[in-house]
Amino acid sequence: MAKLILSMDGLVLKEIPLTRERTSIGRKPHNDIQIDNLAVSGEHAVIVTILNDSFLEDLGSTNGTVVNGNPIKKHFLQNNDVIELGKYKLKFVGEAAPAAAADKADFEKTMVLRPAAARAAAEVKAPAANPGGGVAAAAVALRAAAPVSAPAPQPAEKDAVKPAPPPPAAAPAAPARPAQPLGAIQLLSGANAGRELELTKPLTTLGKPSVQVAVLTRRPQGYFITHVEGANRPIVNGQAIGAAPHALKDHDVIELAGVKMEFFLKV
Amino acid sequence: MDLSQSLEIASCTDPGMVRSHNEDSIAADPANGLVVLADGMGGYNAGEVASGMATTVIISEMRQILQSAKPYDIDSRTNQQLAARLVREQVLKANSSIYHAAQSQPQYAGMGTTLVVCLFYDNRVLVAHLGDSRVYMLREGRFSQVTRDHSLLQEQIDSGIITPEQAKKAQHKNLVTKALGIDPTVEPEIREYSTKTGDIYLLCSDGLCDMVDDEDIGMTMQTLGGNLKLAAQQLVQMANDHGGRDNVSVILVRVLREYPGPRGVIAKVFGWLK
Repeated sequence: MAKLILSMDGLVLKEIPLTRERTSIGRKPHNDIQIDNLAVSGEHAVIVTILNDSFLEDLGSTNGTVVNGNPIKKHFLQNNDVIELGKYKLKFVGEAAPAAAADKADFEKTMVLRPAAARAAAEVKAPAANPGGGVAAAAVALRAAAPVSAPAPQPAEKDAVKPAPPPPAAAPAAPARPAQPLGAIQLLSGANAGRELELTKPLTTLGKPSVQVAVLTRRPQGYFITHVEGANRPIVNGQAIGAAPHALKDHDVIELAGVKMEFFLKV
Repeated sequence: MDLSQSLEIASCTDPGMVRSHNEDSIAADPANGLVVLADGMGGYNAGEVASGMATTVIISEMRQILQSAKPYDIDSRTNQQLAARLVREQVLKANSSIYHAAQSQPQYAGMGTTLVVCLFYDNRVLVAHLGDSRVYMLREGRFSQVTRDHSLLQEQIDSGIITPEQAKKAQHKNLVTKALGIDPTVEPEIREYSTKTGDIYLLCSDGLCDMVDDEDIGMTMQTLGGNLKLAAQQLVQMANDHGGRDNVSVILVRVLREYPGPRGVIAKVFGWLK
């Protein structure tokens, strides 16, 4: 969702999500965004948001509306545009994900496919809700023998203004995992000193059950160590870790259940 | 009978990495052995309203009813234990409140929610569900899915149109065939299973199982089973690390010890004495 970040003299005052179709800006209290400053007109400007696009329009204000240093009358807001109203600045931050991703996310919303019988009853009560028809027919067809690639049925997505977008041509690709250096643990003391353990799994537990156990998690951001059970918490570089996951750096020394080990990243 | 000593419950819910608000809702009543998870759908904030209504109605109604009726009591009409009937009635109650709210208030039109209810009693668990929120079980190192989704995808798998491997890549994961609050009446799928000490049950919304492989979920429960709270947080974190495209909610329930329902004449005498 697009939002505005209100700031003055570089100080962020608040974030305003553009949830409405029309967001008014001005000095008077009835505005959606009230800026109590004499340089701002009572009804200064308005932002009209249609789907993912936002338009800024000056409402004939005394001092005008400036976007990125240029006075404007009407302007199609782009990501990172800065709107200036007197001393105040409003930074426009558009949808984080690109349009395609947004469509995909929308499609992932859970929706109900209604069985044919219930639908008839519901249609009488909510005539405007269902788009077109053929929900039942499509569902039945799919149940019968439709191949997977057949056009998807129109789901009874009653909440949406627009009909459900068609499925993207390709299945949504699995999120690409950024290449990440492999971590490993080398034992420094104890009976198995010198042994090495590669941390290939998303979760690796270390320690002795019912004495002290910690888990090493492999995440896109790197490796983390978290305390699982036992009275004492694991020690990293001489410091006991807290309850929260602790990020591990190359060559950190971990002490757990009386055994010392070194964490390192393999190149 | 207070079950809070027999069950350990941990939960975690998160809006995920993409959505701005959380339409999932979770609730637990440890004393009565009841946990509820709902994943709402509908425009603007209607999804939250639907899932919130579902969990609140079921938890509060059950709490009230369980003060007088016991789930292990025998129903004189059907000669079956009461549990299934009690749960079914509360689910229907929640269904009609959501349905009527959706009908009477335009901003809630079309809202609905998936639902999973687990009621633990008498060394057993009763599972009622609607839609694609799931229950998994970890018993003696074996991880298995307890519920079967009410979704178009599951129907296609069942009828052999597609294989489970193809299903992982399918696009219409989001189409459910049953949900709470969509129609004037609904029939939840209700099943009962016997529990064992040490079992861990996982209730989750599709934000978890769509993002994280069952294998990884099972491994997390197995390795972090000793610390349920951490396991719940870890599961949510894994879903977010894999993209977190939907709200993620998990409830974990571990059976700490047996909890048999009182039986027979002696139990009744004890009941009077209390």
